[in-house]
Amino acid sequence: MKKFLIALLFAPLLALASGGNVHLDKWQGSVSDKAALQNGAKLFVNYCLNCHGASYMRYKNLVDLGLTEQQVKDNLMFTSDKIGGLMAVAARADEQKQWFGATPPDLTIIARARGEAGNAGAGADWLYTYLRSFYRDPNRPTGWNNVIFENVGMPHILYGLQGQQVRNHETHKLELAVPGTMAPAEFDKAVSDLVGFMVWMGEPQQEFRRTLGFFVLAFLAVLFVVAYALKKEYWKDIH
Amino acid sequence: MAGGTYEKYKSDGSIGGNVLEWVDARFPATSMWKGHLSEYYAPKNFNFWYFFGSLALLVLVIQIVTGIFLVMHYKPDAALNANGVPVAFASVEYIMRDVPGGWLIRYMHSTGASAFFIVVYLHMFRGLLYGSYRKPRELTWLFGVGIFLVLMGEAFFGYLLPWGQMSFWGAQVIVNLFGAIPVIGNDLSILIRGDFVVGDATLNRFFSFHVIAFPLVLLGLVAAHVLALHETGSNNPDGVEIKALKDANGIPLDGIPFHPYYTVKDIVGVVVFLMAFSAVMFFAPEGGGYFLETPNFYPADPLKTPPHIAPVWYFTPYYSILRAMVWNFFGLDAKFWGVVAMGASVVIFAGLPWLDRSPVKSIRYRGPIYKTMLSIFVICFVILGYLGTLSPSPMGQIVSQVCTVFYFGFFLGMPWWSRMDKFKPVPDRVTFK
Repeated sequence: MKKFLIALLFAPLLALASGGNVHLDKWQGSVSDKAALQNGAKLFVNYCLNCHGASYMRYKNLVDLGLTEQQVKDNLMFTSDKIGGLMAVAARADEQKQWFGATPPDLTIIARARGEAGNAGAGADWLYTYLRSFYRDPNRPTGWNNVIFENVGMPHILYGLQGQQVRNHETHKLELAVPGTMAPAEFDKAVSDLVGFMVWMGEPQQEFRRTLGFFVLAFLAVLFVVAYALKKEYWKDIH
Repeated sequence: MAGGTYEKYKSDGSIGGNVLEWVDARFPATSMWKGHLSEYYAPKNFNFWYFFGSLALLVLVIQIVTGIFLVMHYKPDAALNANGVPVAFASVEYIMRDVPGGWLIRYMHSTGASAFFIVVYLHMFRGLLYGSYRKPRELTWLFGVGIFLVLMGEAFFGYLLPWGQMSFWGAQVIVNLFGAIPVIGNDLSILIRGDFVVGDATLNRFFSFHVIAFPLVLLGLVAAHVLALHETGSNNPDGVEIKALKDANGIPLDGIPFHPYYTVKDIVGVVVFLMAFSAVMFFAPEGGGYFLETPNFYPADPLKTPPHIAPVWYFTPYYSILRAMVWNFFGLDAKFWGVVAMGASVVIFAGLPWLDRSPVKSIRYRGPIYKTMLSIFVICFVILGYLGTLSPSPMGQIVSQVCTVFYFGFFLGMPWWSRMDKFKPVPDRVTFK
């Protein structure tokens, strides 16, 4: 019994101990910011879509970001000429496996996959931190390493924008050694937009889902009043 | 009264009346309507806990109807498509994106799975509170335990279908458990998988079980559960047999017709339930990562074992009991005893009608011993469930072992402690305010 009580006492601690061991920066963006999502889409097709597919997603659905089909065709379609086509990579999965040792994962629902039990929204934070945490590492074949994904196979694709970070061996903090074309705050915003696009792409109808939810709950609230009144009316003769 | 005889319907001369008379002469329409609804007398003192039976039926209907539409677009195929993604996994995302309204149907089904277990656990807990399993309702309870077992199988098979990482590895772990059975174990797990690893053959047979075999059995058991209940009549929060006191017409003094009184009352319960259900489905369809586990957004990869394989929340209490067994007995592996303990922890519910020896049914007239034991049981069940979601740890192991002992102690000690309690006198009539 004593052991049992002690164990009970420690149960919440167990939960804490099992949590993530790396600090994630909070993604502050929003999936209702259309301009940010458009910028994110631009970054995504320019930088990510070369190796990573988004193969559950159709170009056509990008019009939901406030674009016309012509704008999508002119600015966001490099590997396909069919607006109804899937956002797949031109490279074949088996070929990529030969080239990189592993097929770069499909990114359509990566923001959802990176969530955690108890915090399904953590995927956005992970991506936001990951994309800003690359540093120079001469011991890696790509020349890059990542603080929150150690020995990652992916090189720092956005280094032209961010510049090159190095890891300080004493403080373990990242320092910008060679600046990129963007100022740090500017780069953070760009990554935030990119992450926003991936969060949106994980479930393009999520805003509509929430809107519909309000109407459904409002309807049910009215239905509750009616149902409750009906019950009261019938039950008044039961004593 | 179910099973009673009712006068056949006589037409009033109208066309509708004539049709009904024709049908009723050839089909027990009147007797079914009266026997199970308009003249089925239920105790008038049902409380909050009595909503969950009808809600379980509602969720069953939700699951079947949404399931029918999902099957129209889902493809149980483990082969990789041109983009290197398993067809089954891609077909789920196809439903979520390209099928009109598909996301809603799919979320209803995935939220419905968790809702089913929430409702069923509360329904079972009601049975524990008011002794609903006691004589003469033992068979209703046994059918109920059967439903629970089939439901667990149904959930397990269904969880493989999205063919995500957790689907794949969860199935791998659970099917491998059968390998712990001496002599036949290895062949048995190959027989279940249809292959040496979880693969396309497994996916296809689980699909078949999930959409045909188990729903059929489930519907049959649900019918038997309700028929057995209507034969004996419902228990109530006082644990009083309302059939003991009847009026001149043979109607129980404390009974009211199920229809319209409980149909209108259950509508209120249904609306409140749908509000909670919609709140999850529209605003947190992942259920915080517990209803839809986040690793399941990665397609199944037989070469990449996830760092932590956790079953969905409704299985975690039993998973903890499985992990709590770490000793080899009689030359048999601890894993085997884990499987035995896990199986026993589910099946032991069937023994309740015979383990409980108290002279009263309802917790209202039981003493402090039952209240304490039931509280400890529930606390242990919740702790086991919580620990089952975590990675194994030395402290977690000790806690789950202690909780497992209390879990089984609740049942196995019941013949003794259920008799020792202080009881209050049970009234003749139900209490109704």
